[in-house]
Amino acid sequence: MSGYNWNWPILLKEPYFGWIVSGFGSTCAIALLAWAIAFPLGSVIGIARTVDNRIVRGIATAYVDVFRNIPLLVQMFLWYFVVPELLPKDLGSWVKRDMPYPQLSTAIVCLGLYTASRVAEQVRSGLESIPRGQRYAGMAMGLNGFQVYRYVLIPVAYRIVIPPLTSEFLGVFKNSSLALTIGVLELTSQARQIEEYTFASFEAFTVATVLYCLVTLLVILLMRIVEGRTRLLGAITAGG
Amino acid sequence: MIELKNVDKWYGTFHVLDNCTMSIAKGEVVVICGPSGSGKSTLIKCVNGLEPFQKGIITVDGVSVGARETNLPKLRSRIGMVFQNFELFPHMTAAQNIVLAQQKVLGRDQAAADTKALALLDRMGLADHAAKYPAQLSGGQQQRVAIARALAMDPIAMLFDEPTSALDPEMISEVLDVMVALAEEGMTMAVVTHEMGFAHKVANRVVFMDQGAIVEDADKDAFFGTPRSERARLFLSKILRH
Repeated sequence: MSGYNWNWPILLKEPYFGWIVSGFGSTCAIALLAWAIAFPLGSVIGIARTVDNRIVRGIATAYVDVFRNIPLLVQMFLWYFVVPELLPKDLGSWVKRDMPYPQLSTAIVCLGLYTASRVAEQVRSGLESIPRGQRYAGMAMGLNGFQVYRYVLIPVAYRIVIPPLTSEFLGVFKNSSLALTIGVLELTSQARQIEEYTFASFEAFTVATVLYCLVTLLVILLMRIVEGRTRLLGAITAGG
Repeated sequence: MIELKNVDKWYGTFHVLDNCTMSIAKGEVVVICGPSGSGKSTLIKCVNGLEPFQKGIITVDGVSVGARETNLPKLRSRIGMVFQNFELFPHMTAAQNIVLAQQKVLGRDQAAADTKALALLDRMGLADHAAKYPAQLSGGQQQRVAIARALAMDPIAMLFDEPTSALDPEMISEVLDVMVALAEEGMTMAVVTHEMGFAHKVANRVVFMDQGAIVEDADKDAFFGTPRSERARLFLSKILRH
């Protein structure tokens, strides 16, 4: 390292400073919008994996199997390079070129659908960890299937899975860096670009690393607060 | 009021309920006992359709439990059930536990449901605990909240599935006292329990089950006096010895 010529101030010069800001903005946009897809969709699929209806359960299981088992990088390529070719010609070229922010939008959808499969598994495991008697108790007092989920199972299941869901939310931020492979100028890609223009590789990637860590630490902090506010007193129930 | 006719149930090839026939009249208290694994809990869960059964007929107040057209949630709302592990909802206070189904199933408004919940908690000797969560209550207190929760629906009958089995010995009597009072008020009750003292005191009939079959169905005095089956005699001698 002795010969390395440190040049921190260059990061504050234009256009590099602007690149970092816009890259960081894209990273946050991808992560938040992908989560906006993943959380509700994953919740529905996770719940669907625990219902009695076999067809519903089968569809949900198939979704999880497909999206969880294909590497995320491959999914990025599939959505960006393969899917548009399978669509009718006009629609395909719209997806690839003409829709607003084609690469960014594709990355958001891809990451959202992938993360949904992981959220679904967390939600399912939360629901399945609740003793069967709770479901019986809800049914015995006359609640219908929907009400048992709405008032009895889901409020408890989500409290149980807040810690693993936090990990998934962090994962969305970190996985958003793969969007660079389809040409999205997010934080990692901007850091690379700065490195190529200035050779200040340590500085550029240090900034990227620090920004990723800051965001994830902020998420962890927020989720701790949520966890504290929703904590159940004592254990879930006595015995099973 | 509750009629079971030739009820059979299998888990795979395992015959859990073997041709069970029994009935409970209005105002009657029937204790169901027998060794563990004999099908008592399964039988009682079939009465409100929590467990499906494959053969036979169960009717409650004239409504067939197994019939496809039966509105099971509606039927269940008329039958109270108390579980071995209390099954209070951990994210709700005692009062909220009692209010939930009153509002969501019976459509009572908040004020009416609250009033009912507090009156029942008072009757259970738990007036001071309305705002506590289940984890802040002892087992005996939780089970009394669970009984109040079932009573809040104004049930036509109550099913108890080993209501004292998960309790520490010193808490059993506080739950049994509530059940005795309920029986003396004329509630129709089916109680799966090993508490023979309770059976002695308030049961009209005792049903003894073994290996999924109803081996004996007798008046209380006949059962404790001269149980006819060898299996029931053996069971009684084991649990009454101490």
